[in-house]
Amino acid sequence: MARLIRMDGSGHTTLAKWSTADERAVEAAVAAFREQLDAGYYAVVTEGEGRARQVDELPVDADLVILRRPIAGG
Amino acid sequence: MTAEPLPETAAVYWRPRVDERGLRRRGRIWTLTTVAHTVPYGIASGVLLWLEPLTAPVVFALLAHAWVIPELYAKRGANVLRRRPRSDAGAERTALGLLGDLVGHEARALHARTGLVIERGALGVWLVGEAGAILVRPGGRRVHCWCVRAQDSSLPSADRIAHLLLALRSDEQGFATVANLAFSGARRRVRRRLPPALRPALDAAGAAARR
Repeated sequence: MARLIRMDGSGHTTLAKWSTADERAVEAAVAAFREQLDAGYYAVVTEGEGRARQVDELPVDADLVILRRPIAGG
Repeated sequence: MTAEPLPETAAVYWRPRVDERGLRRRGRIWTLTTVAHTVPYGIASGVLLWLEPLTAPVVFALLAHAWVIPELYAKRGANVLRRRPRSDAGAERTALGLLGDLVGHEARALHARTGLVIERGALGVWLVGEAGAILVRPGGRRVHCWCVRAQDSSLPSADRIAHLLLALRSDEQGFATVANLAFSGARRRVRRRLPPALRPALDAAGAAARR
């Protein structure tokens, strides 16, 4: 089961779960994903140790999509 | 590392993208700055003492300046790894679980001991903290200390690290471009200014950078 999670003050929150066979779940995940991007989050997919990819469309075949806040120089 | 640029780089469009050559140049500039902060004081001290030994108190003050200024810069570099106040224990545990899933066994063990995550990149070995990161360059002698943080003060500590780690993994050069360089110089200078509990992490990064 793939997951869309958002890093936030609670540690992280699971916003959607889906499997590629379940169209309704995928649609809900895509909607949740869009909503978070519109709210200013960035989405990242991990690709094995030491690798990650920024995405602006929900990669339906990914196991885990993580939403993060922007970073800035301190 | 992928070539997709980090979106945050758009907010610092005037900065040249950090690369290998740029890092070397900035390292040299920092070395020259350190020399400029110390050598004139040393020369002035020698001349004063030679002209008039009674100026010894002034010479002492000059030498103190020559010592203190580089130390303050190194302290500024070490401060990028300073830990922030914890949020509630439940959130910290949840965030720690995610961070643990993102890193390997060795990095997880180092984080448990020091609160820092080690990550090998193309530019060197990174030590990622809650509000900054230290890049240990290949060879392990020089470090670049960067101030950079997630723009959400409510995040638990492990999530702050995870934010930086994911951004670093997405685009290492972009990460270094977005971050503010606080110090560049010898690793041993920063190590001296780190709290003892964090030193093993810098030692591990130094060892990894030599491999």
